Amino acid sequence: MHSSTQKTLIIACGALAKEILAVKEAMALTDGVFDLKCLPAGYHNYPNKIVPGLEKIINENGDNYDRILIGYGDCGTGGGLDRMMEKYPKTERLPGAHCYAFYAGLPEFDAMMEEELGSFFLTDYLVRHFETLIVKGFGIDRYPNLKAIYFEHYKRLVYISQAPSDELIAEARKAADFLGLAFEHRPVGYGELASYIAQLAPKETADV
Amino acid sequence: MSDSEDDIILKDLNDADLVAQMHDDLYDGMADEVKEGTQILLGRGWDANNVLAEALVEGMRIVGIDFRDGILFVPEVLQCAGAMKGGMELLRPILAESENAASTGKYVIGTVKGDIHDIGKNLVGMMLEGAGFEVIDLGINNPVENYLEAIDKHQPSILGMSALLTTTMPYMGVVIEELDKRGILKELPVMVGGAPLNQEFADAINAHTYGRDAAMSAELAKTIVGKNR
Repeated sequence: MHSSTQKTLIIACGALAKEILAVKEAMALTDGVFDLKCLPAGYHNYPNKIVPGLEKIINENGDNYDRILIGYGDCGTGGGLDRMMEKYPKTERLPGAHCYAFYAGLPEFDAMMEEELGSFFLTDYLVRHFETLIVKGFGIDRYPNLKAIYFEHYKRLVYISQAPSDELIAEARKAADFLGLAFEHRPVGYGELASYIAQLAPKETADV
Repeated sequence: MSDSEDDIILKDLNDADLVAQMHDDLYDGMADEVKEGTQILLGRGWDANNVLAEALVEGMRIVGIDFRDGILFVPEVLQCAGAMKGGMELLRPILAESENAASTGKYVIGTVKGDIHDIGKNLVGMMLEGAGFEVIDLGINNPVENYLEAIDKHQPSILGMSALLTTTMPYMGVVIEELDKRGILKELPVMVGGAPLNQEFADAINAHTYGRDAAMSAELAKTIVGKNR
C-alpha cells in the first residue's frame, strides 16, 4: 500500500520515458511522487542487456527507496527479469510480456493476436524511432534483402497509439508501406501504464 | 572476392587458399563468390560432401563462434547464411544422387504454435543439413498435432522446436508433455532453441538438449545420434 512518505523509484525502458512523464503530467502528480531512471530504448533489440542494466541501477539506488517499479514487461528476457526481481522484494513490474500488451491491455492484445498472428506492432515511440530501431537496428539499411526475411510471415502493422497526431499516423502508415504490410491504427492510450502510475497518486488525483 | 580491390581470381588459387578464401567470403556474406568457389572445387573433382564440410560448414562454424562472442550480429549472420545457401543449392542435387551420401539422421524441426518467427529455425535447419541430417521442416505456428503427425510419418532421430517469444516458448513444454504421455519421449530426443530460451528453461520443460545457436545445435545433434567427430 502506498503512503505519502514512501519513496518510489521507477526504472523504465527509455521508450516509455516520455509516456510516463505524460501520464504524470495528466494526473498532475507532483515531482516528489516518484523518481524516474531509464535504460536505453535500444535495449529493445538486445533483451540480454535489460536484466544486467536494471540490476545495476537497483544495486546503486535501491537502498534509497521503499519501492521500485520496473517499467518493463518481460520484453524478451525469457523470464529472466522475473527471476532477477525475486532477489529484490521491493521490485514489481508492469504486467504482460511487453509494452504492446500493457498499452493495449492484456485481453485486447490477445484478441489482436488471435485476430491476426502476423501482427507487427508500433507504439508512438517506435513510430518516432522506426528508422533507428527497426530499419537500422535490424540492419535493413545495410542489407535491404533482410526486410523480406524478417517480415515474411507478417501481414499487418498495427499502430497502437498513445497520443497520436496526424503526423505520427502518417509516419506509421509509411512504415507499413515500407514493410509491405497492411496498416491499422488502434488508439489505445496509455493502458495499464496509466493504472500503474495511478497507484502512486494521492487518492484525489487518481484518474487520467 | 573476385570483384574486390585486391581482385582475387578464385580459380587461380590452389585448393587450400581457395577454401580459406571461401571462409572469408562466407564471413563477408558474398553469395556469388561462395557459389563460384563451390563450383570451382566441384570442377576440380572434389567430393560434394567435402566441399560442404570443409568450405561451407567450416566457414559457418567460424561465423557461429563470432556470433556467440558478440563480434557478429544477426543481420551479418543472415548474410553469411544467404551465402552458404547459394553454395548448398549447388551441392544439394549432387549430394542427393551421391551413392555415399549417408544421412546422419532425420531431424524434424518447427516453430511452435502462436509463433511466426523462423529465422533461427531456418539457420539451424541449414546447419543440420550441412551436418548431413535429412531435415523435415514443419514451418511456423505448429500445434502439437503437427509434431505428432511428423514423428509418426518420418520416424526422426531428433525433434527440434523453436520459439522467439516469451509467450510462446512454454508451448514447447506442452508438446514435450504430450510426447511423454504417449511414451514417445523416452525414444525421441527433443532439442529446443530460440532467443529467449536458456538451459534452465530447457531443463524445466524436460527437453533433452538446449541449442544456444545454430552451429552448436548442429554439433549437439550429431552428438545425440552418435556421429560427432
